[in-house]
Amino acid sequence: MSTRINNKESTNKQAQYAVSFVAGLIFSLGLGISGMTLPEKVIGFLDVTGDWDGSLAFVMGGAVVVYAIAYRMVIKMERPRYAVKFHIPRRKDIDARLLVGAGLFGVGWGLGGFCPGPALVSLSAGFAGVWDIVIFVAFMMIGMWLFRIVDGILSKTP
Amino acid sequence: MMDTVILPLTGGVLIGLASAMVMIWNGRIAGISGIVEGVISPRFADDKPVDFMWKTWFLVGLIVMGGILLIVRPESFPTTMPRSTVAIAIAGLLVGFGTRLGSGCTSGHGVCGMSRFSTRSIVATLTFMATGGITVAMIRHLLGGSV
Repeated sequence: MSTRINNKESTNKQAQYAVSFVAGLIFSLGLGISGMTLPEKVIGFLDVTGDWDGSLAFVMGGAVVVYAIAYRMVIKMERPRYAVKFHIPRRKDIDARLLVGAGLFGVGWGLGGFCPGPALVSLSAGFAGVWDIVIFVAFMMIGMWLFRIVDGILSKTP
Repeated sequence: MMDTVILPLTGGVLIGLASAMVMIWNGRIAGISGIVEGVISPRFADDKPVDFMWKTWFLVGLIVMGGILLIVRPESFPTTMPRSTVAIAIAGLLVGFGTRLGSGCTSGHGVCGMSRFSTRSIVATLTFMATGGITVAMIRHLLGGSV
Protein backbone atom coordinates (compact mmCIF):
# COMPACT_ATOMS: atom_id res chain seq x y z
CA MET A 1 0.00 0.00 0.00
CA SER A 2 1.27 3.42 -0.91
CA THR A 3 2.16 5.67 1.98
CA ARG A 4 1.30 8.77 -0.05
CA ILE A 5 -2.37 9.48 0.34
CA ASN A 6 -4.26 11.34 -2.30
CA ASN A 7 -6.39 13.86 -0.43
CA LYS A 8 -9.36 13.59 -2.74
CA GLU A 9 -9.48 9.81 -2.54
CA SER A 10 -9.01 9.72 1.19
CA THR A 11 -11.99 11.95 1.83
CA ASN A 12 -15.17 9.96 2.02
CA LYS A 13 -18.03 12.45 2.03
CA GLN A 14 -20.85 9.92 2.24
CA ALA A 15 -19.23 8.26 5.24
CA GLN A 16 -18.79 11.67 6.90
CA TYR A 17 -22.48 12.46 6.47
CA ALA A 18 -23.49 9.05 7.83
CA VAL A 19 -21.22 9.55 10.87
CA SER A 20 -22.72 13.02 11.42
CA PHE A 21 -26.29 11.72 11.25
CA VAL A 22 -25.64 8.85 13.67
CA ALA A 23 -23.68 11.16 15.99
CA GLY A 24 -26.62 13.60 15.92
CA LEU A 25 -28.97 10.78 16.93
CA ILE A 26 -26.72 9.65 19.81
CA PHE A 27 -26.01 13.21 20.97
CA SER A 28 -29.75 13.91 21.01
CA LEU A 29 -30.53 10.73 22.94
CA GLY A 30 -27.88 11.71 25.49
CA LEU A 31 -29.34 15.19 25.95
CA GLY A 32 -32.89 13.83 26.13
CA ILE A 33 -32.28 11.27 28.89
CA SER A 34 -29.86 13.47 30.84
CA GLY A 35 -32.39 16.11 31.87
CA MET A 36 -30.75 18.89 29.83
CA THR A 37 -33.95 19.27 27.78
CA LEU A 38 -35.92 20.30 30.88
CA PRO A 39 -35.41 24.08 31.32
CA GLU A 40 -36.78 23.93 34.86
CA LYS A 41 -34.03 21.44 35.79
CA VAL A 42 -31.32 23.50 34.05
CA ILE A 43 -32.42 26.60 35.93
CA GLY A 44 -32.30 24.50 39.12
CA PHE A 45 -28.72 23.56 38.26
CA LEU A 46 -27.75 27.22 37.84
CA ASP A 47 -29.66 28.21 41.00
CA VAL A 48 -26.67 28.02 43.36
CA THR A 49 -28.09 30.62 45.76
CA GLY A 50 -31.45 28.87 45.98
CA ASP A 51 -32.70 25.31 45.66
CA TRP A 52 -29.63 23.87 43.91
CA ASP A 53 -30.03 20.68 41.82
CA GLY A 54 -26.52 19.44 41.05
CA SER A 55 -27.47 16.36 39.02
CA LEU A 56 -26.66 17.99 35.67
CA ALA A 57 -23.00 18.24 36.69
CA PHE A 58 -22.85 14.51 35.88
CA VAL A 59 -23.80 15.27 32.27
CA MET A 60 -20.82 17.50 31.59
CA GLY A 61 -18.63 15.30 33.80
CA GLY A 62 -19.48 12.13 31.85
CA ALA A 63 -19.10 13.82 28.47
CA VAL A 64 -15.77 15.44 29.36
CA VAL A 65 -14.24 12.17 30.64
CA VAL A 66 -15.26 10.22 27.50
CA TYR A 67 -14.13 12.96 25.14
CA ALA A 68 -10.83 13.47 26.97
CA ILE A 69 -10.05 9.73 26.56
CA ALA A 70 -11.03 9.88 22.87
CA TYR A 71 -8.88 12.97 22.38
CA ARG A 72 -5.81 11.07 23.60
CA MET A 73 -6.38 8.72 20.67
CA VAL A 74 -6.89 11.63 18.30
CA ILE A 75 -3.50 13.21 19.06
CA LYS A 76 -1.83 9.92 18.09
CA MET A 77 -3.75 9.68 14.80
CA GLU A 78 -2.32 11.10 11.59
CA ARG A 79 -5.69 12.16 10.24
CA PRO A 80 -9.38 11.40 10.78
CA ARG A 81 -10.81 8.22 9.30
CA TYR A 82 -12.97 9.90 6.63
CA ALA A 83 -11.46 13.37 6.22
CA VAL A 84 -8.19 14.96 5.19
CA LYS A 85 -7.26 16.59 8.50
CA PHE A 86 -8.36 17.41 12.02
CA HIS A 87 -9.94 20.83 12.42
CA ILE A 88 -8.95 21.74 15.96
CA PRO A 89 -8.99 25.34 17.24
CA ARG A 90 -5.48 26.45 18.17
CA ARG A 91 -6.15 29.95 19.49
CA LYS A 92 -4.99 30.67 23.03
CA ASP A 93 -5.74 34.39 23.43
CA ILE A 94 -8.53 35.51 25.75
CA ASP A 95 -10.18 38.41 23.95
CA ALA A 96 -13.20 40.63 24.67
CA ARG A 97 -15.31 38.73 22.14
CA LEU A 98 -14.86 35.45 23.98
CA LEU A 99 -15.69 36.97 27.37
CA VAL A 100 -18.62 39.13 26.25
CA GLY A 101 -20.02 36.37 24.03
CA ALA A 102 -19.82 33.69 26.73
CA GLY A 103 -21.23 36.18 29.25
CA LEU A 104 -24.26 37.00 27.09
CA PHE A 105 -24.81 33.32 26.34
CA GLY A 106 -24.86 32.57 30.07
CA VAL A 107 -27.46 35.28 30.69
CA GLY A 108 -29.66 33.76 27.96
CA TRP A 109 -29.09 30.26 29.35
CA GLY A 110 -30.13 31.32 32.85
CA LEU A 111 -33.08 33.28 31.51
CA GLY A 112 -34.51 30.58 29.23
CA GLY A 113 -33.08 27.36 30.64
CA PHE A 114 -32.02 26.22 27.18
CA CYS A 115 -28.64 26.05 25.48
CA PRO A 116 -28.58 25.41 21.70
CA GLY A 117 -28.50 21.57 21.64
CA PRO A 118 -31.37 20.85 24.04
CA ALA A 119 -33.52 23.51 22.35
CA LEU A 120 -33.13 21.76 18.98
CA VAL A 121 -33.76 18.31 20.47
CA SER A 122 -36.97 19.73 21.99
CA LEU A 123 -38.24 21.12 18.69
CA SER A 124 -40.58 18.12 18.31
CA ALA A 125 -42.22 18.95 21.65
CA GLY A 126 -42.38 22.55 20.47
CA PHE A 127 -44.31 21.71 17.33
CA ALA A 128 -46.48 19.33 19.36
CA GLY A 129 -47.79 22.32 21.30
CA VAL A 130 -45.14 23.92 23.54
CA TRP A 131 -44.73 26.83 21.11
CA ASP A 132 -42.33 28.76 23.34
CA ILE A 133 -39.68 26.15 22.38
CA VAL A 134 -40.16 27.02 18.71
CA ILE A 135 -39.97 30.73 19.63
CA PHE A 136 -36.69 30.12 21.48
CA VAL A 137 -35.14 28.34 18.48
CA ALA A 138 -36.39 31.00 16.04
CA PHE A 139 -34.95 33.84 18.14
CA MET A 140 -31.71 31.90 18.63
CA MET A 141 -31.32 31.81 14.85
CA ILE A 142 -32.18 35.52 14.60
CA GLY A 143 -29.48 36.14 17.21
CA MET A 144 -26.96 34.25 15.05
CA TRP A 145 -27.90 36.25 11.97
CA LEU A 146 -27.68 39.46 13.99
CA PHE A 147 -24.18 38.44 15.05
CA ARG A 148 -23.17 37.98 11.41
CA ILE A 149 -24.40 41.50 10.58
CA VAL A 150 -22.61 43.02 13.58
CA ASP A 151 -19.51 40.95 12.81
CA GLY A 152 -19.53 42.24 9.22
CA ILE A 153 -19.69 45.86 10.43
CA LEU A 154 -17.00 45.28 13.10
CA SER A 155 -14.57 43.71 10.65
CA LYS A 156 -14.98 46.60 8.19
CA THR A 157 -14.11 49.27 10.74
CA PRO A 158 -10.30 49.57 11.07
CA MET B 1 -30.49 7.81 42.10
CA MET B 2 -31.79 7.04 38.59
CA ASP B 3 -32.80 10.63 37.79
CA THR B 4 -30.05 12.36 39.77
CA VAL B 5 -27.00 10.27 38.84
CA ILE B 6 -27.48 7.36 36.42
CA LEU B 7 -29.46 9.08 33.66
CA PRO B 8 -27.43 12.33 33.69
CA LEU B 9 -24.19 10.32 33.67
CA THR B 10 -25.36 7.97 30.90
CA GLY B 11 -26.57 10.95 28.91
CA GLY B 12 -23.21 12.65 29.36
CA VAL B 13 -21.34 9.52 28.23
CA LEU B 14 -23.52 9.36 25.08
CA ILE B 15 -22.85 13.04 24.37
CA GLY B 16 -19.11 12.40 24.80
CA LEU B 17 -19.22 9.37 22.49
CA ALA B 18 -21.16 11.22 19.79
CA SER B 19 -18.72 14.15 19.95
CA ALA B 20 -15.78 11.72 19.82
CA MET B 21 -17.21 10.04 16.69
CA VAL B 22 -17.36 13.40 14.93
CA MET B 23 -13.71 14.11 15.84
CA ILE B 24 -12.21 10.65 15.21
CA TRP B 25 -14.01 9.99 11.92
CA ASN B 26 -14.67 13.46 10.52
CA GLY B 27 -11.99 15.53 12.26
CA ARG B 28 -14.50 18.12 13.45
CA ILE B 29 -15.52 19.69 16.74
CA ALA B 30 -19.13 18.81 17.57
CA GLY B 31 -20.12 22.29 18.71
CA ILE B 32 -23.86 22.77 18.34
CA SER B 33 -23.92 26.57 18.01
CA GLY B 34 -21.29 26.44 15.25
CA ILE B 35 -23.17 23.62 13.55
CA VAL B 36 -26.43 25.62 13.57
CA GLU B 37 -24.72 28.75 12.27
CA GLY B 38 -23.02 26.72 9.53
CA VAL B 39 -26.41 25.48 8.35
CA ILE B 40 -28.54 28.64 8.58
CA SER B 41 -25.78 31.01 7.49
CA PRO B 42 -23.04 29.04 5.71
CA ARG B 43 -19.78 30.89 5.15
CA PHE B 44 -18.76 28.92 2.07
CA ALA B 45 -15.12 29.60 2.76
CA ASP B 46 -12.77 26.63 2.55
CA ASP B 47 -14.40 23.28 1.94
CA LYS B 48 -17.85 24.62 1.08
CA PRO B 49 -20.46 21.90 0.50
CA VAL B 50 -18.93 19.24 2.74
CA ASP B 51 -18.97 21.59 5.72
CA PHE B 52 -22.58 22.57 5.11
CA MET B 53 -23.67 18.97 4.52
CA TRP B 54 -22.13 17.28 7.58
CA LYS B 55 -23.59 19.98 9.78
CA THR B 56 -27.00 19.56 8.19
CA TRP B 57 -26.92 15.78 8.70
CA PHE B 58 -25.92 16.24 12.34
CA LEU B 59 -28.87 18.59 12.92
CA VAL B 60 -31.23 16.18 11.16
CA GLY B 61 -30.07 13.43 13.54
CA LEU B 62 -30.54 15.70 16.53
CA ILE B 63 -34.08 16.69 15.56
CA VAL B 64 -35.14 13.18 14.43
CA MET B 65 -34.10 11.63 17.76
CA GLY B 66 -35.98 14.46 19.48
CA GLY B 67 -39.12 13.28 17.66
CA ILE B 68 -38.50 9.64 18.62
CA LEU B 69 -37.98 10.65 22.25
CA LEU B 70 -41.23 12.60 22.24
CA ILE B 71 -43.01 9.35 21.34
CA VAL B 72 -41.14 6.85 23.51
CA ARG B 73 -40.16 9.10 26.45
CA PRO B 74 -42.33 12.25 26.51
CA GLU B 75 -41.16 13.10 30.03
CA SER B 76 -37.86 14.16 28.44
CA PHE B 77 -39.54 17.43 27.48
CA PRO B 78 -41.26 20.29 29.26
CA THR B 79 -45.01 20.73 28.92
CA THR B 80 -44.72 24.41 29.83
CA MET B 81 -41.79 26.79 29.89
CA PRO B 82 -40.71 28.28 33.22
CA ARG B 83 -40.59 31.82 31.79
CA SER B 84 -42.87 34.16 29.87
CA THR B 85 -42.83 34.12 26.07
CA VAL B 86 -41.10 37.53 25.95
CA ALA B 87 -38.36 36.28 28.31
CA ILE B 88 -37.94 33.14 26.18
CA ALA B 89 -37.56 35.22 23.01
CA ILE B 90 -34.92 37.47 24.65
CA ALA B 91 -33.15 34.35 25.98
CA GLY B 92 -33.07 32.89 22.45
CA LEU B 93 -31.58 36.09 21.04
CA LEU B 94 -28.88 36.19 23.74
CA VAL B 95 -28.03 32.51 23.30
CA GLY B 96 -27.78 32.83 19.50
CA PHE B 97 -25.78 36.07 19.51
CA GLY B 98 -23.61 35.21 22.53
CA THR B 99 -22.60 31.73 21.40
CA ARG B 100 -21.41 33.01 18.03
CA LEU B 101 -19.60 36.06 19.45
CA GLY B 102 -17.93 33.76 21.99
CA SER B 103 -17.25 31.00 19.41
CA GLY B 104 -19.09 28.22 21.22
CA CYS B 105 -21.63 26.93 23.68
CA THR B 106 -21.98 24.14 26.23
CA SER B 107 -20.90 21.50 23.70
CA GLY B 108 -18.05 23.20 21.82
CA HIS B 109 -16.48 24.96 24.81
CA GLY B 110 -17.95 22.95 27.70
CA VAL B 111 -17.39 19.41 26.39
CA CYS B 112 -14.95 19.42 23.46
CA GLY B 113 -12.85 22.41 24.58
CA MET B 114 -12.55 21.62 28.28
CA SER B 115 -11.55 18.02 27.46
CA ARG B 116 -8.64 19.36 25.41
CA PHE B 117 -7.67 21.68 28.29
CA SER B 118 -8.15 24.66 25.98
CA THR B 119 -7.64 27.85 28.00
CA ARG B 120 -10.18 29.75 25.90
CA SER B 121 -12.82 27.06 26.44
CA ILE B 122 -12.21 26.80 30.17
CA VAL B 123 -12.49 30.60 30.51
CA ALA B 124 -15.64 30.65 28.33
CA THR B 125 -17.27 27.81 30.29
CA LEU B 126 -16.53 29.44 33.66
CA THR B 127 -17.89 32.73 32.27
CA PHE B 128 -21.21 31.38 30.99
CA MET B 129 -21.74 29.27 34.10
CA ALA B 130 -21.11 32.37 36.23
CA THR B 131 -23.41 34.71 34.27
CA GLY B 132 -26.03 31.94 34.09
CA GLY B 133 -25.88 31.53 37.86
CA ILE B 134 -26.02 35.30 38.44
CA THR B 135 -29.01 35.60 36.09
CA VAL B 136 -30.95 32.87 37.90
CA ALA B 137 -30.04 34.37 41.28
CA MET B 138 -31.16 37.85 40.18
CA ILE B 139 -34.46 36.53 38.86
CA ARG B 140 -35.01 34.63 42.12
CA HIS B 141 -33.99 37.36 44.59
CA LEU B 142 -34.76 40.62 42.77
CA LEU B 143 -37.70 39.68 40.59
CA GLY B 144 -39.39 37.17 42.87
CA GLY B 145 -38.60 34.15 40.70
CA SER B 146 -40.71 34.95 37.66
CA VAL B 147 -39.97 36.86 34.47
